[in-house]
Amino acid sequence: MKPHLAKKHAEKIFLGLALTALILTILFLFTLLWDVISDGFPKISGGFLSGYPSRKPSEAGILPALAGSAYLMALTAIIAVPIGLFAAVYLEEYANKSYLSRILELNIANLAGVPSIIYGLLGLQLFVRFADLGRSVAAGALTLSLLILPVIIIASREALRQVPKGFREASLALGATKWQTVWNQVIPNALPGVMTGCILALSRAIGETAPLICLGALTYVAFVPDSVFSAFTALPIQAFNWVSRPQAAFHENAAGAILVLLVLLVMLNSFAVFIRMKFQKQYTQG
Amino acid sequence: MVTAQTQEAHELCISVKNLSVFYGDNQALFDISMDIPEKEVTALIGPSGCGKSTFLRCFNRMNDLIPSARVEGEILLKGNQILGNSVDVVTLRKRVGMVFQRSNPFPKSIFENVAYGPKIHGLRDRNKIEEIVEDSLKKADLWNEVKDRLHTSGIGLSGGQQQRLCIARALAVEPQILLMDEPASALDPRSTSKIEELIGVLKENYTIVIVTHNMQQAARVSQKTAFFYEGYLIEYGETEQVFQNPNEKQTEDYVTGRFG
Repeated sequence: MKPHLAKKHAEKIFLGLALTALILTILFLFTLLWDVISDGFPKISGGFLSGYPSRKPSEAGILPALAGSAYLMALTAIIAVPIGLFAAVYLEEYANKSYLSRILELNIANLAGVPSIIYGLLGLQLFVRFADLGRSVAAGALTLSLLILPVIIIASREALRQVPKGFREASLALGATKWQTVWNQVIPNALPGVMTGCILALSRAIGETAPLICLGALTYVAFVPDSVFSAFTALPIQAFNWVSRPQAAFHENAAGAILVLLVLLVMLNSFAVFIRMKFQKQYTQG
Repeated sequence: MVTAQTQEAHELCISVKNLSVFYGDNQALFDISMDIPEKEVTALIGPSGCGKSTFLRCFNRMNDLIPSARVEGEILLKGNQILGNSVDVVTLRKRVGMVFQRSNPFPKSIFENVAYGPKIHGLRDRNKIEEIVEDSLKKADLWNEVKDRLHTSGIGLSGGQQQRLCIARALAVEPQILLMDEPASALDPRSTSKIEELIGVLKENYTIVIVTHNMQQAARVSQKTAFFYEGYLIEYGETEQVFQNPNEKQTEDYVTGRFG
């Protein structure tokens, strides 16, 4: 066999391996989706979405969990997005590139990889007990904010870095102060990127179960939370609760709740993709 | 005609004394002294990396943005020292406008681009802002082309129009001096000659310092020319003299195209 022919074969084998890996992954994903949809889809109905938990699986609904998740996400976004963005602005625009700021950067990257249950333990001590917020929506949102802050900071810094140098120079050369330049030019131009990052971070938070269970979020809630200090449950907790029941009918309910969660996730992620595409169009024009 | 113009007494605008600039351990400019007259065009020429852009950026302190940059010496703007920590850089940059090599309109409407400067300096009166926008666009010879689409994006304009928009934006804060860093190097010949014509008109009211790679351009638009080489100011004088009868051998070699 000529050497280049051997190379060609190696090429084919490598391609085959890569393709197999891809097909396997997609196959798993589709199996999972199919399983959830076939079990859960028949459950989805107006009653399921607007009902309260019940001892009878056929009457049980997810309204408190859905409302709890929505409440939790809104509050998490309100807390985490501004803090994350301004932390990123500080690191990117103001901090000296010193030894200290490099350590800070490294630690933020590490925090993004800390297991979520550890944030749950921190939240339990800090918010539930020390700040005496109890097992409330506020404690949950603060804990989830801590969890996603590193991700938001990293994504925001990336977005700030993408803002062309020319905008900063033009603004400063007109006599704008650093803060005016950051506020009027840098942040607005980074915003689509920041929002994409934030939405992806929130979509991570919406599926988190461990830290909320750690906080002591209730698994059976028969009411919609009416304030930030109210107790709550969330979709993944509800699903977890139903899955751990012995009755098979509850497992179908769990599949239904997971399906609703998946739909929410897909919606959030498509919104992020939509923003990114719009953003690219804006820059390629002209 | 030419002699009449050179005879005309132009007041001193910028006076540079023993200016040196360092980037970390590298010295970019060596002991530059030079007087720039008011309401004339002064061209800075020289090969890439000779320090002409660095020199230009001293006048509005844009070198401050580079953490490793250090500036020594004196620059007097109408007699006032502009170097040093006590100088208010915001006020300085209001007096000294700048146009960059790559046109950089903000991704906002044409109107908002020009209105940005006056707004950040605290102007709120809508009528006054509209007046300034119109006036600045007229001065930059862009008004007739954009008056019907002031609220469309500045990024949608052609390259030459974008650069004139940037000039209008700089003029809107009413500077006395206009720094231009190779303003036409990315433009086609027609847009370039429009910018050059514009410079000829603007010099009636503004002191202009322009960095250019294009020697014909320097010869066409400027009254004074300074030739930089490897961080040194080799020769500075009337443009005609620098191009036709240079005192220094290096200047002659450069302007006749023997190097650079």
